[in-house]
Amino acid sequence: MTKEDILARLKNQFAGTFEVQDIPPGTETTVKLSPGKAREIAEYLRDDSYLRFEVPLCASGVDYPPENKIEVVYHLFSLAHRHYITLKYYANRANPVVPSMTPVWAGFNWHEREIFDLLGVKFEGHPDLRRILLPEDWLAVYPLRKDFAYETYVPMPPK
Amino acid sequence: METAVLDRLHTEEFLVNMGPQHPATHGVLRLILKMDGEQVISVTPDIGFLHRNFEKICENRTYPQIMPYTDRLDYVAAMTNNWAYARTVEALMKVEVPKRAEYLRVIFGELQRIASHLVFWGCMGGDTGAVSPFLYGLRERERILDLFEMTCGARLTVNYYRIGGVSKDLPAGFHEKAKAFVKYFKPKLKEYAELLSGNVIFQKRMKGIGNLSQNAALALAVSGPVLRGSGIRWDLRKDEPYSVYPELQFEVPVGERGDAWDRYLVRFKEMEQSLQIVEQALDQIPPGDLLAKIPKVLRPPKGEVYVRTECPRGELGFYLVSDGSTKPYRIKCRSSCFVHVSALPEMLDHKGHLIADAVVTLGSIDIVLGEVDR
Amino acid sequence: MIANLVGRIYAFLLGLLIRWGLPRPVFDFGAMIVAGFVVAIFIALVVLYLIWMERKVSAHIQQRFGPMWTGWHGWLQTIADAVKLLMKEDLTPTNVDKAVFLTAPFVVFVPSIMAYLVIPFSATWIVRDLNIGILYIFAITTLVVIAILMGGWSSNNKYSLLGGMRTAAQIISYEVPLVLSILGVVMLSGTLSMNGIVQAQGKWPWQWYWLPQILGFLIYVTAATAEVNRTPFDLPEGESELVAGFNTEYSGMKFAMFFLAEFANMFLVAAIATTLFLGGWQPFTGLLGFICFMIKSMAVVWLLMVFRWTYPRLRVDQLMDFGWKILVPLSFVNLFATSLIMVLRK
Repeated sequence: MTKEDILARLKNQFAGTFEVQDIPPGTETTVKLSPGKAREIAEYLRDDSYLRFEVPLCASGVDYPPENKIEVVYHLFSLAHRHYITLKYYANRANPVVPSMTPVWAGFNWHEREIFDLLGVKFEGHPDLRRILLPEDWLAVYPLRKDFAYETYVPMPPK
Repeated sequence: METAVLDRLHTEEFLVNMGPQHPATHGVLRLILKMDGEQVISVTPDIGFLHRNFEKICENRTYPQIMPYTDRLDYVAAMTNNWAYARTVEALMKVEVPKRAEYLRVIFGELQRIASHLVFWGCMGGDTGAVSPFLYGLRERERILDLFEMTCGARLTVNYYRIGGVSKDLPAGFHEKAKAFVKYFKPKLKEYAELLSGNVIFQKRMKGIGNLSQNAALALAVSGPVLRGSGIRWDLRKDEPYSVYPELQFEVPVGERGDAWDRYLVRFKEMEQSLQIVEQALDQIPPGDLLAKIPKVLRPPKGEVYVRTECPRGELGFYLVSDGSTKPYRIKCRSSCFVHVSALPEMLDHKGHLIADAVVTLGSIDIVLGEVDR
Repeated sequence: MIANLVGRIYAFLLGLLIRWGLPRPVFDFGAMIVAGFVVAIFIALVVLYLIWMERKVSAHIQQRFGPMWTGWHGWLQTIADAVKLLMKEDLTPTNVDKAVFLTAPFVVFVPSIMAYLVIPFSATWIVRDLNIGILYIFAITTLVVIAILMGGWSSNNKYSLLGGMRTAAQIISYEVPLVLSILGVVMLSGTLSMNGIVQAQGKWPWQWYWLPQILGFLIYVTAATAEVNRTPFDLPEGESELVAGFNTEYSGMKFAMFFLAEFANMFLVAAIATTLFLGGWQPFTGLLGFICFMIKSMAVVWLLMVFRWTYPRLRVDQLMDFGWKILVPLSFVNLFATSLIMVLRK
């Protein structure tokens, strides 16, 4: 299905609860989810027979300090129909909490854990939210945030 | 009477740590196995021992400067990492790579695929106890690495591709050496098929181990030989073709049951297909430029793009967010091995496998910790 | 000729010491001790050579050279390694059962030395030609299991214990097809004595028992590989698994003893295969017979080494399945076929 078809189908079901983003170079279908209907839209995308986005490709977090937000970007793919979609969710930078997509797509489990670890975003509804890459004794500083300063990081003192 | 005895015998599950240092974990990976006697009940992978935060480093480097860092992601298959990154930036900048450069990219990408699968083949033998195939595989890989060294000067971390093309042309004598390699390697593949694939003990160790169903494979987003081993015929080179793959003839091997044996066989057959691709590309390569006309200082336009490339271990995806400056705003590396390690519990939990099977399953998904941890 | 010389020395010493008033039993006892020493030194030399041979065979299979620097083509490498192991720190973990832990490496050699006493190296070069030779050998070699269990148990480490018990289970399981497979040979030669079995085989290669007892020979070689814990049956010790089996906690010289015992046992089963199936020292006698015997045994050892460096391992449950469900029935088939043919021949 083309970009317009996908968006039309989504608008049919969930008009007004999401925002289409036009991001250059325009090769991707990007949809910004709003807090209320995020899970429902996700389940619809996965289950609807014309959309069938069953493959969770990638989840990333991008930090935008000037706009005071952290974007969580989900890339999805449909093997049945060979089309892609990108979902975005904006989290408040001061207290970033995002509804987890792991109950919908199991493949996002580790990706969300990584965003939690490196960016400090909490995922509500995640079955096992804990550190994945950084050591257990790492302090609560988040390396992928733009204000992570190498010099100010103080490692834990030895026991 | 037996049940009376078994009721009184108190058995406990215990945790066994296959620590970061272990001959069978292919790198610094920690597996926490919950065991009931001999059987593995569940496995919990613990990663992060090789984490270098590649993504943060890239935020402070210009686009061309990032290329050598991509070598070190999946260090066993550096060429294809370079390619994946170059393709991503080229998609954002809408750059058209010249024909000759595309052919060179394909030749080296496929040679790298063969080299990477040879390491897999050798390690698979080593994991099951036959140590000699490891040396044979590495011996053949030496010939490929010699070809790399002839061209770009490096064997492992090659840094050969550039945004817009490749860095160096084929040296004199490359065609002859590469053709000689192809001629030498074809009968060797038959010999190795008899040596390891045809060995009954090896087959008994691999068949029925670590099954991954099709639904689970899609839900967990595995890719590459792991996905094809589970019976789903999806290869980016055929289904979303890039570069000059549409002009080359090759097949995509697919497994049936999704066990370790199928994954092994898919990779083995892929070696044969890659050899075929290299042969055709060597014949078809046209003369021409090596680099597209791009400015010296790269400033891709503002935007976001997600591009995936078929690497030997699966698909390597780069999500690139550019703010118009010389350095990327955010680059996310979605590596196949990260996802495959997360699929390990699905393959091993509650299936009555023994530790030996856990080792074989881990070997069959062919991970490189550089890609898992980045 | 050498047997003649030994006989002369024996007679001379006997005469001398009896004249000096040494009681005969003491002299016999002394003679046995000397014989035991000779056998022990022979085993040591053979093991030395075998370790070098293993490294060279594995190297050449893997397209490399192996040791080349220590002596001509590295033949002194084993001695260099032994010196290194002697100089290594000998760790004894604190909670082990000290007496058992320290004696296990020595106990593992006892069955080997005892079994070598009845191997016919040549027509007259045999320490004691017992008339129950082959029965004695199989009875004694089972005692190796004790040493392995001692090692596994005393290490106070649940993985060593598991490894030791698995090894013991493997060895005991494969004893059954091992003994059954040689019963055909015993029936054909009509005697249990080792020298008797060699003499019952004729001078020519087609008269040796590997041909009429081809199934027995193959079963014997397979079961023998399992008995000495070589690949494809070396799961308890070699698996890229969590533990190194029963000898996890052993280091330095004690570990070396287990390692050397494995090679001594390997040569032992090869010598037995040579005696039972390949005609022993036939067709020559004396020194030439000894050389012939050694060549044949080394060929069998070489075969075991090639197995190790070519085949993957069997998993423990596959190993037990193979032993009980395939080898044992096959060895019974061999036994019945042999007895049937012998009855029909009469």
